[in-house]
Amino acid sequence: MKDRKNDPLSPLLHVSSSPHLRRPGTVPDIMLSVIIALVPAFIGSLFFFGVRSCILTCACVAAAVGAEWAIFAVLKKPIVLDDYSAIVTGILLAFNLPPGLPVWMAILGSVFAIGVVKIAFGGLGSNFMNPALAGRAFLMVSYPAAMTHWSAPINGTLNGFSSAVEGVSAATPLAYFKAAVVSGHYLQLDLHAALPRLFWGNTGGCIGETSAALLVLGACFLWYKRTIGFIIPVFFIGTVFLYFWITNGTGEFFSVRAFYAPLFQILSGGLMLGALFMATDTVTSPITPTGKVIFGLGCGILTVIIRKFGGYPEGVCYAILLMNCVAPLLDRYTRPKRFGEVKIRE
Amino acid sequence: MAETQTYVKKEPPLFGILSFRGGVKIPLHKDLTATLKIEKLPSPPRVIIHCAQHMGTPAIPIVNQGDRVLVGQAVAEAAGPGPLSLPVHASISGTIVSVGPFPHPSGSLMTAVEIENDGNDEKGEMLPLDKPWKEAALGEIVQKIHAAGIAGMGGHGFPTHAKLSPPSNKPIDTLIVNGVECEPYLTADHRLMIEKTEELLTGTLIIRKVLAAKTTFLAVDAQNLDAIARVSELLSDPKFRDISLAKLTTKFPQGGEKQLVYALTKKRVPSGGLPMDVGCVVHNVATVFAVREAVCSGIPLYQRVVTAGGPALRSPKNLLVPVGTPIRFVLQNCAVDMGIVKKIVLGGAMTGMAQSEPDVPVMKSTTAILAFDRIDEAAKINSCIGCGACVRVCPMRLVPSFLAKYVDKNRTGEVKEWGVLDCIECGACAYVCPAKINLVHYMKLGRYWVEKQRKKGL
Repeated sequence: MKDRKNDPLSPLLHVSSSPHLRRPGTVPDIMLSVIIALVPAFIGSLFFFGVRSCILTCACVAAAVGAEWAIFAVLKKPIVLDDYSAIVTGILLAFNLPPGLPVWMAILGSVFAIGVVKIAFGGLGSNFMNPALAGRAFLMVSYPAAMTHWSAPINGTLNGFSSAVEGVSAATPLAYFKAAVVSGHYLQLDLHAALPRLFWGNTGGCIGETSAALLVLGACFLWYKRTIGFIIPVFFIGTVFLYFWITNGTGEFFSVRAFYAPLFQILSGGLMLGALFMATDTVTSPITPTGKVIFGLGCGILTVIIRKFGGYPEGVCYAILLMNCVAPLLDRYTRPKRFGEVKIRE
Repeated sequence: MAETQTYVKKEPPLFGILSFRGGVKIPLHKDLTATLKIEKLPSPPRVIIHCAQHMGTPAIPIVNQGDRVLVGQAVAEAAGPGPLSLPVHASISGTIVSVGPFPHPSGSLMTAVEIENDGNDEKGEMLPLDKPWKEAALGEIVQKIHAAGIAGMGGHGFPTHAKLSPPSNKPIDTLIVNGVECEPYLTADHRLMIEKTEELLTGTLIIRKVLAAKTTFLAVDAQNLDAIARVSELLSDPKFRDISLAKLTTKFPQGGEKQLVYALTKKRVPSGGLPMDVGCVVHNVATVFAVREAVCSGIPLYQRVVTAGGPALRSPKNLLVPVGTPIRFVLQNCAVDMGIVKKIVLGGAMTGMAQSEPDVPVMKSTTAILAFDRIDEAAKINSCIGCGACVRVCPMRLVPSFLAKYVDKNRTGEVKEWGVLDCIECGACAYVCPAKINLVHYMKLGRYWVEKQRKKGL
């Protein structure tokens, strides 16, 4: 064979499988769009919790990227940091931490999320749990006191309510709600007054989870970019809403009052952050449409069970982690019906 | 030319435009050639006529080195009595230089007949049917189509006569003439519909008569306004009253046989079946035109309209090309600088085959010759992040990312269970994949394994 490399009449042609056109848009682009979508909530957290939230977020991101780099370097593997996924993990973990958490704990959680949850299972695309949530769960069981030490936001109250109910005290809206239910003061709660604070975010909680408005704003961007779908968030939030609407405790269903409790529940805690940004993590959620429906329902049901009957006031984190574990199974048993999947006409 | 400049007019989909679930919008790049009339390519100095130009058994050469052949003369005859074989014909007049192995667009070496042009363009005897087609017996028409060597010209090359003789237990009620041409860059069918409308519609009627179809559609892309205008004009003629024009949503792969049948009839071609299993037959417009030429003028299939396009061509064209012309010769007629060509594709940009040899010839099923000066595939492939883009676009409702993983892990059982054999290899999944995984490559590999295993089992 003559040398065709430099032969202009018979150039060396590239041979590859079809298609020969590809749409622009890459995995780093997707990660970048998630980062952009988290910016409003980050700015909100700066406003509510001040410089602490910036320190924690930066520490988590730096630790996540650093851990990824260090592990690849030690393993002598090609270093792939240009997909931005470690940055997303770092931000999401920071958003799940209380503002007063010591920085070294945040760094530890970040290293655990990247090292143990993500890279030990094969890196991006192979981890079976959401790394950020697993990092949070790790910190919850390791440092429960620090992880539940809340600080009041600027221009708001810790628990979201304007006036305290006698005999009830708790640091976050959800914990307060639960304490009031347990002590039988539920009907004295002024849920209506708490809703705007929960919506805008000036209540106690983890740094990135308090503002439902800013999280939804970010999610709208992701919906527009088609990075995330509607199925999981709708079924997740819908399930929680439905349960607390049916059991709203006022004995009514269609009065305005009946919607306070379900709205309170979906706007408080980590539900918005979890349903919009964590449960929709494409790696750890099912890929089939039916699987997504079951996944969303499961997340919702587990959240309700933990919030209503469990020891914790908040259940989103564990609900998503548990559903992450069954996601591969859901995919396996919800294979979509193929086009024309029937017997041939006899 | 006023009517032809309306090709890519952006209009919102109108109510009643037909489609299917899934698919993807692709930049079509058609405006470069959509307004260009079909030109006749200058006669090439030599042609290479492959014996395997259709699905089925290759033809058997009936000429020897040194023989002189005329245009339209058969150089190879259909193999045996088996129904799936076709003759092939000389596309130029000249001398047979050799009969032997030549590079085939599929990538292997196959038997072909090489003819050197004597420049006379001397036509052989071409006899139409001895009576008007309306009076001819069905068998005669089908025989004529077989003798003319007509194979599906939309890309797959399925022998046309076989599609015209369905088994008696599968009655055909719908004939669909496929003029959708959903592939980027391709305008050959588009121009054919504008310039040879009457012949095309006559061909449609011939096929309609053979199949005794009750409903006949000419399916056209809804954005293809000039073709729609031209066809509608002729359809007002009472002799074409049995043909209805169907406008389909601009979406890839709208021209896929199963997607087209579903869009028009809402019937799903069963998995592993053919459109005739739901009473439909789909023919490409170029095939229908060739049928008309064979039946009414006696011209066998030795030339076809090809779009020579792609970003590497300075002057892309719609060309009437003799079958067997080396693609290099075609490209050189379109002001190509071979030095910058990085990839040559035979067929559409989404489903065509990349070629390693610029000297492979044009086949009966070659819809286009595309030359690219860049390579779209990313050098870096990420791992799958399960975004589900491939699942959303798959017109066959498969899960391409899982199939690719199963193929990668050698799990043939799952590959089969998740439906690799249903894949139509349209490439929509790989087109949208953000991780740039070569999904179609995995599908082809998976299909190969499953079919190999099945053969072993028998």
